[in-house]
Amino acid sequence: MAYEDVKTYAAMAGLLIFIALFVGVLIYAFWPGNKARFEEARNIPLEQDPEDPAPRGDNGR
Amino acid sequence: MKLSHAVFEKHSLVLLIGILIVVAVGGLVEIAPLFWLSSTVEKVQGMRPYTPLELAGRDIYLREGCYNCHSQMIRALRDEVERYGHYSLAAESMYDHPFQWGSKRTGPDLARVGGKYSDEWHLAHLVDPRSVVPESIMPGYPFLAARKLEAGDIAERLKADRAVGVPYTDEMIAKAKADLEAQAVAESGGAAELAQRYPKAVVRSFDGDPEKLTELDALIAYLQVLGTLVDFTKFDAAGPNLR
Amino acid sequence: MQSTPMRDEFAALSDVLAIAGAVIGLLLGITLAMLAADEVMGFHAVLFAAASAAALVFLVGNAFGTGSLAGPNYQPEVRFYADNVIKAGVVATVFWGIAGFVVGDVIAWQLAFPALNLDLPWTSFGRLRPLHTSAVIFAFGGNALIATSFYVVQRTSRARLAGRWSPWFVFWGYNLFIVIAATGYVLGVTQSKEYAEPEWYADLWLTVVWVVYLLVFLGTLSRRKEPHIYVANWFYLAFIVTVAMLHIVNNLAWPVSFTGSKSVILYAGVQDAMTQWWYGHNAVGFFLTAGFLGMMYYFIPKRADRPVYSYKLSIVHFWSLIFLYIWAGPHHLHYTALPDWAQTLGMTFSIMLWMPSWGGMINGLMTLSGAWDKLRTDPVMRFLVVSVAFYGMSTFEGPLMSIRAVNSLSHYTDWTIGHVHSGALGWVAMISFGAMYCLTPWLWRRPSLYSMRLVEWHFWISTLGILLYITAMWVSGITQGLMWRAYDALGFLQYSFVETVEAMHPYYVIRAIGGLLFVAGSLIMAFNLWMTARRTVAEAGEAELGGAQPMPAE
Repeated sequence: MAYEDVKTYAAMAGLLIFIALFVGVLIYAFWPGNKARFEEARNIPLEQDPEDPAPRGDNGR
Repeated sequence: MKLSHAVFEKHSLVLLIGILIVVAVGGLVEIAPLFWLSSTVEKVQGMRPYTPLELAGRDIYLREGCYNCHSQMIRALRDEVERYGHYSLAAESMYDHPFQWGSKRTGPDLARVGGKYSDEWHLAHLVDPRSVVPESIMPGYPFLAARKLEAGDIAERLKADRAVGVPYTDEMIAKAKADLEAQAVAESGGAAELAQRYPKAVVRSFDGDPEKLTELDALIAYLQVLGTLVDFTKFDAAGPNLR
Repeated sequence: MQSTPMRDEFAALSDVLAIAGAVIGLLLGITLAMLAADEVMGFHAVLFAAASAAALVFLVGNAFGTGSLAGPNYQPEVRFYADNVIKAGVVATVFWGIAGFVVGDVIAWQLAFPALNLDLPWTSFGRLRPLHTSAVIFAFGGNALIATSFYVVQRTSRARLAGRWSPWFVFWGYNLFIVIAATGYVLGVTQSKEYAEPEWYADLWLTVVWVVYLLVFLGTLSRRKEPHIYVANWFYLAFIVTVAMLHIVNNLAWPVSFTGSKSVILYAGVQDAMTQWWYGHNAVGFFLTAGFLGMMYYFIPKRADRPVYSYKLSIVHFWSLIFLYIWAGPHHLHYTALPDWAQTLGMTFSIMLWMPSWGGMINGLMTLSGAWDKLRTDPVMRFLVVSVAFYGMSTFEGPLMSIRAVNSLSHYTDWTIGHVHSGALGWVAMISFGAMYCLTPWLWRRPSLYSMRLVEWHFWISTLGILLYITAMWVSGITQGLMWRAYDALGFLQYSFVETVEAMHPYYVIRAIGGLLFVAGSLIMAFNLWMTARRTVAEAGEAELGGAQPMPAE
């Protein structure tokens, strides 16, 4: 197979794989069943921490 | 969602593996082919490994960080070719471990500086750049002229290069020390042998003092060979899949 | 609440292993010092042996002599979180930051006034420039990343750092690497690969330290009490793993002698160029971007007291960013002997990178929606947010410069230097400053910073410095690029090279002044943080001291 052919096929295959991967990530991110989990995760930094009575000090409040 | 601890432990490993796969692809696709493609591994007539003296000079070039301000890569652009000479070929840095293409031209490109200036000019310029180029902002390197070239391990140095693929022969390694001296100390003899092992090698006292072999001798020997090995009057760029 | 978080047998085993490690290090250091083939190797071996000996004395004292070393009433401070190593990291970050900025400004003045090179080997630009880049990227940035990652992974996992001595090993081992690398440059020991200058033995040592860092991070994640791994940790993990991969592949080398400092890189020419810029650009992508995005995803929500704008966006941001970044390296090699297809790939992915970069920026900025007043009232918040704005600016400029036609002008000029510094000073340094301003009162348990007014001063002085710096470099870079390709009426090149150098002088002076302002700002920060840790407050009424707890002696 000539170099030009390899180049064309590789580029095409690459394009398709990357689109598939990206769509996969989008589906995962927007899957309705994941919504609650993400919401929990989103709030992790803000939860009151029983082990660490708050980073005290000026927390912008 | 309720999952056992074990699954979560795996989860961080799953994440780790996912990251590794995702970041490995780009490097594999971009780097691996360069070891096989003809345009990047082809040989061009004239290219030879550095002589021991040039190699010692190159190590000084690396040590002083010259690459921070000088590139050795003439891009295929009209003004660069007119200013510096024929654009650089991949083969011209095939023995450069590591490459010295650089990323910044605070000073001019040096890919074809060999033969452009006299040894005397280099000597004066390296000791005090502003003595020959008043507007220059290059640091002076007077200490190179005073320092004796320490090259006791030059044979080991060539061996290390051979270990990573530079085709130094047993003979070259055995005669490394003698070749090093032959190139800069004209009276030592051995010039003919040197020229046979390293075609186009220039034999002369580079720093103008044949008595003493200094770091400056080595550095100038290196600068004077840069870009001179390939004869571009005979070079044919019309190879397949060559740029 | 809890007793000590680790079982005693585990602690004892950790002590034994740590002591064994220190003994091995000591023996290795002494052996190498005796066999060293050159002076620098000898010096570094002695340094290594001395560090091992210091660790050994400390560990033995800690294990066997609580009465003798730490005083009869010594009570080890047992907190749930391992915070002392983070405090050390904050101190190291500030120290190396100032050191790196100062060296940077010195070499900036050298470019304006070359006599400042002093014509000595140890003070010339060629040796000091790697000292500057390593000090700011690896010493300042690296310590900031290690410290904040240790803080964030503990807080978001509700778990103590894994390992009894490992976190401390990571901290001291990493800083020992920096000292070995930095002294090596000044003494002329370098691999001469940009941002990967440390020689083979320093690289090996860093590999050991980095693997332990990865294990500490993973170990902490694996004992977490939160069901989810918070997104900041994804970014930190990607940074640690990818940097390990890049570091190992790019630094494969064959030592000339196993007792000498010199080595030869495995790759040559075009293969080495591609490997180096695959490494070099991802040092930007994963060290200076992914790691600091981890910082952004924790400190901006925490400081603003609101959750991140969109968690979905952060997931898409994460995967697309790490996937795209790794391809961008070849844009450093446009029009060179690298094959065209590789250049095109590099350019295409660099342009695509614009999207996830701005996705991340939007996610960071929009976290403040509904609380924009904090930008006015809290100067620390301003550091964090303006850093994200600078991130957005440099990640727009980057794709632009990766386009071949633009690159033909910008490459090899100061435009690149300006671009790097808008990212490095504007994004990396400013978000680190913000994080340090957050962490110092939190870690030292102070009610507030010593002075908010000094934070304001720091902010405005360093912002002014950055603006002077990058505008000077835009003008000088574009000017020089245009001069190089200028033709006169007869079709000859119009300018000699040195004429273009001469034209740069005023911009080099302006740049150096900008750098000086940035240094001044960082000194103000160091003073402010020092006074905060000393537990004082400058302006009466700004904060109540009453709530502070007495600190156990450390």
